Amino acid sequence: MTLDVAWAARWTRLSAERIAAARDELTELDRQIGDGDHGENLDRGFRAVAVKLDGAAAGEQPPGQIGDVLKLVATTLMSSVGGASGPLYGTAYLRAAKVTGLAELDAHGVVALLEGALEGITARGKAQVGEKTMVDAWQPAVDAAEAAADAGASTADVLAAAAQAARAGAEATIPLVATKGRASYLGERSAGHQDPGATSTAILLEAARDAATA
Amino acid sequence: MSGAAPPVGARARVALVLVSHSQRLAQGAVELSAQMAPGVLLLAAGGTDDGGLGTSYDRVSAAVEEALGVADGVVVLADLGSAVMTVESVLDMEDGYDGKVRLADAPFVEGAVAAAVTAHGGGDVSEVLASAEHAGGTFAVAAGGPEGDEPAAEAAAPADGAVRAVVTLRNPLGLHARPAAVLARLVAGFDASVAIDGVNGASVLELMKLGATGGQELTVTGAGPQASDAVRAVVEAVEGGFGEV
Repeated sequence: MTLDVAWAARWTRLSAERIAAARDELTELDRQIGDGDHGENLDRGFRAVAVKLDGAAAGEQPPGQIGDVLKLVATTLMSSVGGASGPLYGTAYLRAAKVTGLAELDAHGVVALLEGALEGITARGKAQVGEKTMVDAWQPAVDAAEAAADAGASTADVLAAAAQAARAGAEATIPLVATKGRASYLGERSAGHQDPGATSTAILLEAARDAATA
Repeated sequence: MSGAAPPVGARARVALVLVSHSQRLAQGAVELSAQMAPGVLLLAAGGTDDGGLGTSYDRVSAAVEEALGVADGVVVLADLGSAVMTVESVLDMEDGYDGKVRLADAPFVEGAVAAAVTAHGGGDVSEVLASAEHAGGTFAVAAGGPEGDEPAAEAAAPADGAVRAVVTLRNPLGLHARPAAVLARLVAGFDASVAIDGVNGASVLELMKLGATGGQELTVTGAGPQASDAVRAVVEAVEGGFGEV
């Protein structure tokens, strides 16, 4: 089964719900190693995204393609989040939109979308795997999605593989010492805490998975 | 220097946008830079849309657009990680405004002051950018001035046709920020390479770094077509005490 613009809209709305529900958890994670605003910032951003999407859907030119929805998410996050996750996720959705200007996505199309997002995050944040950032969730997600697509998995199974790998990647950031971002100011003391950005990445990809089976 | 200082009241070719997590920090950096470079359009883009700590894509974007409305080019300075990322996102979305807008890899306050003085002297985007980025270094003479292509050291070692003068600082506080900026702007207006105690006379940061205090003697050397006029102007400015005596 291919994914269409309705999936992208469901993914976006589900993301807003899940981020709102995880707001306090993300803020607490960020308070331990950052500046404690990740939950609040992302929640504000995705609330704005939901409002924009509702407006666009009710407007004269509702988003017709997956890329249209992703671009709306990108520009809204960039202008409403305030912290580093705004430009990071904003660029991720923007690059994902560039590679997925298609009406429908097959399994390899989903991989291309995720690769675009990862490319956007590394272009903006210049982080690599192992530096205790959202890249530690995105990179395994892309790898797992690619392996699943190559093995002939459905779009839903590709997203499931990506979500599972992202969650495992986020949990694997706990022992890491941060070398990028605000947490790097803590040096060795950043070890023992799960990275908030990697955690929100897992939440967003789980929403993508659940939107595909809804 | 590619041109003389703009006449009083005229705008420099390059405007600056100062992006900070804090609205007050951005405004403070604008205030400080404006004192040293009154002819430059300086815009603050600080804080989130609701005035909190953070950076706003829309505020940065609006400031850059406003600056481009009156200047040929814009140099942007940003304070911390996500401010840098927000600026990069704005430039990405507009494909860098055809190279007319550049983000400086420079310390926020020092870079803003150095860039503002260079812009006031008529520098173009690449000269203003270089001036900001050199501000993060040791302020050494080798870093070059706003010109970037003519080491001040040449002027410090008088060759044929070079001009030399010694003058005593009369104002008690010496070459602090404001007088340093006055001298740097003055020097930048001449087609000459001027060194003061061996450092680039067109660089406000290098002049401040001298730490020259009242009563101290300064050696002024100049080279180039307008060397005599430039050195004479510097001597007169120093002897005038910058309005502080």
